[in-house]
Amino acid sequence: MGLTEFFRNFLQRNGIVLSVFLLGAVGFWIFFLIVLPQIFMFDFSFRYNLPPAEVGGPKDVYTISHYKFLVYGSAQSADSYNYIDLSVFVRTLGAAAFVTLFDLAICYPIAYYLAQVAKGGWARLMVLSLIVPFWVNEILRAFAFRIIFGTNGIINEALLSLGIIDDPYPFIRDNIALYAGLGYAFVLLMIFPLYNAIESLDKNQIEAARDLGSPWWRIHWRIVVPFAKPGISSGCTMVFMLTAGALAAPQILGGPSSLWFTQIIYQWFNAGGNWPRGSAYAIVLLVTCIAFVLVMMRVFKVKLGEIAR
Amino acid sequence: MSADVRLENVSIKFGTFVAARDIDLTITGGEFFSFLGPSGCGKTTILRSVSGFLKPSEGRILIGGQDMAGYGPNRRPTALIFQNLALFPLMTVWENITFALEVRGVKAPERRKKADELLELIALPGQGDKMVGELSGGQRQRVAIARALAAEPKVLLLDEPLSALDLKLRQHMRTELRAIQQRVGITFIYITHDQGEALTMSDHVAVMREGVIEQVGDGTSIYDSPGTSFVASFVGENNLFRGKVVSIDDGMAEVETSAGRLVGRVPKNAVKPLAVGADAHVFHRPESLRFASDNESLNVVRATIVNEEFEGNFWQVYVEVAGSAKVIKMSMVNDGSSSKRKVGDSVNLVCDPRLTVVLAEGPLAAE
Repeated sequence: MGLTEFFRNFLQRNGIVLSVFLLGAVGFWIFFLIVLPQIFMFDFSFRYNLPPAEVGGPKDVYTISHYKFLVYGSAQSADSYNYIDLSVFVRTLGAAAFVTLFDLAICYPIAYYLAQVAKGGWARLMVLSLIVPFWVNEILRAFAFRIIFGTNGIINEALLSLGIIDDPYPFIRDNIALYAGLGYAFVLLMIFPLYNAIESLDKNQIEAARDLGSPWWRIHWRIVVPFAKPGISSGCTMVFMLTAGALAAPQILGGPSSLWFTQIIYQWFNAGGNWPRGSAYAIVLLVTCIAFVLVMMRVFKVKLGEIAR
Repeated sequence: MSADVRLENVSIKFGTFVAARDIDLTITGGEFFSFLGPSGCGKTTILRSVSGFLKPSEGRILIGGQDMAGYGPNRRPTALIFQNLALFPLMTVWENITFALEVRGVKAPERRKKADELLELIALPGQGDKMVGELSGGQRQRVAIARALAAEPKVLLLDEPLSALDLKLRQHMRTELRAIQQRVGITFIYITHDQGEALTMSDHVAVMREGVIEQVGDGTSIYDSPGTSFVASFVGENNLFRGKVVSIDDGMAEVETSAGRLVGRVPKNAVKPLAVGADAHVFHRPESLRFASDNESLNVVRATIVNEEFEGNFWQVYVEVAGSAKVIKMSMVNDGSSSKRKVGDSVNLVCDPRLTVVLAEGPLAAE
């Protein structure tokens, strides 16, 4: 089908008003809100950080110095590589991957239960109780986690009073509060794609496997998980991207010695006043995340179209 | 290896609804046994309780003499073929077939060999590497059978597996299923609402209504000697005359009906006893109605032909019984004699008393 034919059909099916609105809204969304800012950022990342007066002047030429800075650090430093930023970068991706797997492990049973086991009112109540906490705003939720996990927080108080520990456990310093907060923040984005995928699985398939002698873990391994793979990839992709790009939770819940890569980006944009360098860092994060997701999709043999299902 | 299946006073309730009531039944090892009944009669419930997906509210289920209480579906010597087959769409045909062996830890090469053997058995050689979605309906059907057989069950349970197929294929698969059953020699328990399937394939049939077994017997006894009005009206076609019993003598009863006095046989296995003066149902099959000769008088019904349908091998002749607006059906073999009659003719028909069945009034199958 040719592109012109596609547009003619599209126009015929939806009428002129709706067609213009649909194309206009989607076009605006993609071009002005996604493509254009990214292009500016990309362009920015290759420029020197100049005072406003010199922008557009003879000094305003392209450079890869900001990317070099991320890898090699400043010329004055004694180290040959920018160990600090690079380690934060790697740790951020690793932690994001960990949070993603953690969410998957928690959400899979819940999604399975909701989709295949729970019935009617009970299932709706469960979904509601999953959604309602997200009416509370992100910052407040993060501080709530601080209160829970703090030195005098309820978890430490409980463990102390039960005599399980003698001294308060440093949940915040050890980043446990951070991982819990991040994991919790994106739980819904994991549950719903999983739920959608598992819900469309014919119950008879599960029963058939059971009837053929399969223990429960093999039913999941051979029947449910392969069937839910598009949902799993979709959920994992979203949680991974959003966790790697999270800012509020690391700011509030992160331990004193641990930075999130987004915090470094934020510092360059804000306190550092160096937008081009911030842009370069942000672009590196974006490209790496996309590449990571694409590699994972290749490894687990998932097609991009399936994720959008 | 086959095994007896014994249902001992089994009742299955869902809340206050009784899906199966006091089922007491022995299915002999190696036989082809069918549960026949309209939808909602509890036949699937019984199948699911034998396979272990449902727990009987009362009673026991024994397979090969062993009480199955506490054994889940994965630990019973049964394999179930689902109505929609429930093949695994993300596995190849051979992986589907040998899933039960995979569960038992059989290595892949050995499984592959077994799959190829079974593919021979179901006449699909060389199709092992296809995906299930690439097969036709009939082929999928056979893969489902092979998958169940690979588990080497002692009892194979089939939940209306032919209902999704078109007529020709369905008839073909009947023959094939029966042949497979005789070849592997295990007990088959078959659920259907299609009496044709039940009668052609089964050694024994249980006819069910509202959670109760109305009659158990082989095909001919179910068809020729129905024990209740429900069985008579559900299995095959039957013309029904209502009336009051005038006399009973030596297994024969005379009933006063709107079509006159009719004499018929009272089946020995009739569930409800018949009494003089009581309401009765008189059943007569369309294919055993015939035109009366001039000197006949017993069980002769005067009628007028109102419609004829030509089915090739049969003529379906609809006649209105004189003195009532009742239209009954007569099936006649197409012997070339149709030119002798036409719509509007008055005819005398005979219901042979030996082929007429008299039963105490009882619930009928829904039309």
